[in-house]
Amino acid sequence: MVTNNQAKPTSALDSIKIDVDRASPTIKPQTCLHVDGLDLFYGGSQALNNIKMSVAEKKVTAFIGPSGCGKSTLLRCFNRMNDLISSVRITGKVHLKEQDIYAKDVNVALLRQRVGMVFQKPNPFPKSIYDNVAYGLRIQGIKGRKILDEAVERALRSAALWEEVKDRLTESALGLSGGQQQRLVIARAIAIEPEVLLLDEPASALDPISTLKIEELIYELKNDYTIVIVTHNMQQAARVSDYTAFMYLGDLIEFGDTTTIFTRPAEKKTEDYITGRYG
Amino acid sequence: MSTSRLPNHISQQFDNELQDIRSKVLSMGGLVEQHLEKVLSFFSKGELEGAEYVAVSDHLINALEVEIDQDCSDVLVRRQPAAMDLRLVLAVSKTITDLERMGDEIEKIARLITHEPTVLSGNSYYHSASTLGKHVALMVRNSLDTFSRMDSGAALQVAMADREIDIETGAILRELMTYMMEDPRKISPVLDVILAVRALERVGDHAKNVAENVIYLVEGRNVRHVSLEQIQKELEQGN
Repeated sequence: MVTNNQAKPTSALDSIKIDVDRASPTIKPQTCLHVDGLDLFYGGSQALNNIKMSVAEKKVTAFIGPSGCGKSTLLRCFNRMNDLISSVRITGKVHLKEQDIYAKDVNVALLRQRVGMVFQKPNPFPKSIYDNVAYGLRIQGIKGRKILDEAVERALRSAALWEEVKDRLTESALGLSGGQQQRLVIARAIAIEPEVLLLDEPASALDPISTLKIEELIYELKNDYTIVIVTHNMQQAARVSDYTAFMYLGDLIEFGDTTTIFTRPAEKKTEDYITGRYG
Repeated sequence: MSTSRLPNHISQQFDNELQDIRSKVLSMGGLVEQHLEKVLSFFSKGELEGAEYVAVSDHLINALEVEIDQDCSDVLVRRQPAAMDLRLVLAVSKTITDLERMGDEIEKIARLITHEPTVLSGNSYYHSASTLGKHVALMVRNSLDTFSRMDSGAALQVAMADREIDIETGAILRELMTYMMEDPRKISPVLDVILAVRALERVGDHAKNVAENVIYLVEGRNVRHVSLEQIQKELEQGN
């Protein structure tokens, strides 16, 4: 049975009223994605079992778990990437805000504009840096040079890449380093201003410095976007996420605020996994 | 959740490192117990040798604190422990501070004894202090036992025992004050006894802290500055 605890972490300072003007009200996060009774089958084998969870808006939610536990599969459910696999069958509900994303009348292309995705390996198009970022906007029919220029700069700044590439926007994106390419791909994803950003092991192919830049970027991006990240690196999940979900063999074992999961998990399976035990 | 019977880590080396730290904490605790016993032997038998040894041997306890502290820092850097492992390192880090302070208090008593042995020995003021010392020594032993067995229920009992120590201390202090009121010439020697009793009571406080660290280690709940009744209620709910 999944342990689900999304209580906001509190500080002793919360009870001390220091300054009325500076005091910020406690805001309960709104639900952005709501999953209810989600089952997923690859042909005859079940990969996700009755998943129930709520992803908080403008927070970072991390999925951790051993290989094959279903975390990437669950992530791909959020923008219906699994539709591309013919043997996949899905039951249950996934709501993005009020919209049932598996309803028959859903335009999947529009859904993927609202839910952007970045993969493990940077996959820039073999085009210029500028064209990569402007790609999604042009598909939407935006042609005005000034609008595109502004949007490209805004996206590159948000992805913490602008200062590094502003003098070579017309050069091929393939000439960038791996870390820069990954940030470019994030810029491309956020140029169309999605609501949710799905990151599937976004830093696992990067060196430690590039990884830290991506993590810093995630921290900045959560001001504007709901972020769901799949990572094999538990320390990364501990560093960047507000909430952590531990999955095992297709089950959501435990879901709660990251500090609790990493210091006081309720489930033995979670404890064994994050402490590197077996038994 | 019960964490006393966790399986081993995939990394055997990590298991060894944590086991090594736990063993050292228990050795440090054993040394504190030994020092306390030596000091108490003066109270019960008037033997001065033990106190003389303790007065110059506190550095042994201090050295262990530094060594274990370094071990904890190594584990944090190299292993980035989580959950139970993280709590173990944090609990050890706090526990060794308490053990070191116990060592300081015991050293204080030893110095009082060795400073004015003739005045202090042979008087009756130490009878109550001797009894208190036995109770404190038992509390220290029990707190280390709960750490060794990772038994949060027993740790709660140890923490509760501190109340008895506090009550006993209060009674002894009242008794000692009557001696001072009876005869002002006795104020100076009785004050030394009061200081010794206070030090014993502080040792009990640190043993209580160790017990609370064990509850944090096992249950993941930080129970410092929480009433014992509240802790008991939470532990019962947890079970």
